[in-house]
Amino acid sequence: MSGNERQPPGTVLRAEGLSRVVPGKAIVSDVSFEVGRGEVLGIVGASGSGKSSLLRLLNRLDEPTTGTVYLDGKDYRQIPPRELRRRVGMVTQRPFLFPGDVASNLRFGPAQRGESLTDEEVWKLLEQVGLPGFASHEVSVLSGGEQQRVSLARTLANRPEVLLLDEPTSALDEQSKAGIEELIAAMARDHGLACILVTHDRDQARRNCHRVVLLEAGRVLQSGPVMEVLGA
Amino acid sequence: MLKSLFPSEIALGLAQAVVASLLALVVVFLARRRNIHLEKDASVALLRGIVQIVAVGSILALLLKAPRWSSVFLLTAMIVAAGSISAKRAKNIPGAAKVSTYSIAIGAGLVTAIMTWAGVIDTAITSLIPVGSMIIANAMNTNGLALNRFRSEVLAHTGEIETALALGATPQATIGRYAESSIHSSLIPAIDNLRSLGIVWIPGLMTGMLLSGARPMYAAIYQFVVIAMILASSGLTSLLSTTMIQAQVFSPADQLLLKGAE
Repeated sequence: MSGNERQPPGTVLRAEGLSRVVPGKAIVSDVSFEVGRGEVLGIVGASGSGKSSLLRLLNRLDEPTTGTVYLDGKDYRQIPPRELRRRVGMVTQRPFLFPGDVASNLRFGPAQRGESLTDEEVWKLLEQVGLPGFASHEVSVLSGGEQQRVSLARTLANRPEVLLLDEPTSALDEQSKAGIEELIAAMARDHGLACILVTHDRDQARRNCHRVVLLEAGRVLQSGPVMEVLGA
Repeated sequence: MLKSLFPSEIALGLAQAVVASLLALVVVFLARRRNIHLEKDASVALLRGIVQIVAVGSILALLLKAPRWSSVFLLTAMIVAAGSISAKRAKNIPGAAKVSTYSIAIGAGLVTAIMTWAGVIDTAITSLIPVGSMIIANAMNTNGLALNRFRSEVLAHTGEIETALALGATPQATIGRYAESSIHSSLIPAIDNLRSLGIVWIPGLMTGMLLSGARPMYAAIYQFVVIAMILASSGLTSLLSTTMIQAQVFSPADQLLLKGAE
């Protein structure tokens, strides 16, 4: 197979025939889709349908049993894993912030490449996620919504091209949830990020996604524009 | 009492072993009454223990007539067995037996070799085998503790480790601190042994030396020497095994392999 693939203009990431089989069961089966710049793609399904497992294949935290992913047309197995994960950022359901202050969390990703974020860059990132002035706050004193915003800012500090969001609001109250959803929309609209949002919440998918992939038992049940697949 | 019943030394030894085992089984019975079931593990361990130690005793009896260098073979066999036993503490980590064997071989082997070369351990089989085996056994325990702790730490912090990987960190950067805490906790028994030496316990080797007529002061100092050697070999073993095991829990594509069921 060639390492480079032709794909529609604007496509950043394309998954082709992704499957993951663990002893005794197939958790993802032959899933294909693509996502373009400035687009929010929803991966929707019930609990246990393989949504999160699929997401982990996209930044190669797990290895697909078959199939692959193309990033900007290049087979991701040809991209060093650390570079791939910088370019395909991930925000998890639980934020898993590192002990210390907010600024040190934001500086973690760039520091892995020997880069250092200036105070101004930290300030801008925090302003972007609605937490100006939080740089010196200890992460242990933050609320759930604030922690998730820091987690998002920490991923954005790596300047990713694709943003993977694994149920980022499932543990948050309604107000915090609305705030994070606004941020995701802004990331796609204003910064041209390709966002892949995993959610079990169909209303959230309707509010935020342009297109959706509906999963059931690891397989694609249906995919297309959000209103076509999920209805109004 | 037993001495009058068993005039032969071997029969006396076996009778003493039976009495000690019965006492251990009484404790197992008491544990059972509190719903702690040690029957199988304790019985198998007692049986294995007596068979193994009698086998070693027989080999030692043969080796006493063998040339001094032949003890190297017995110590090597002990290292291989120690590697395989302590690797069981690193369940689901591929290559744990190899890592354990190499670490114990270098940690215990190097310390034993240096101390023998320096004249601290006598090259006589009756000295090299017992002291060498104590060093290997303690390195095995420390290695088992270090790998067990490392495994628990990784399993308890899968989220943090994968978050760091997802942010572009190297595998070593994501688990370095868990390896450090594993080394630290694995060495607590060896350090506590050194701290409490003579106050809380008088080790077996010193007891043996006293029973065989050594001067108490020399027996005491030599016991300190052995415990210090154990600390050195255990520390080196733990450092090596936790360093080597880190590479075993990641794939070539920097994916964490040791985690709970998907």
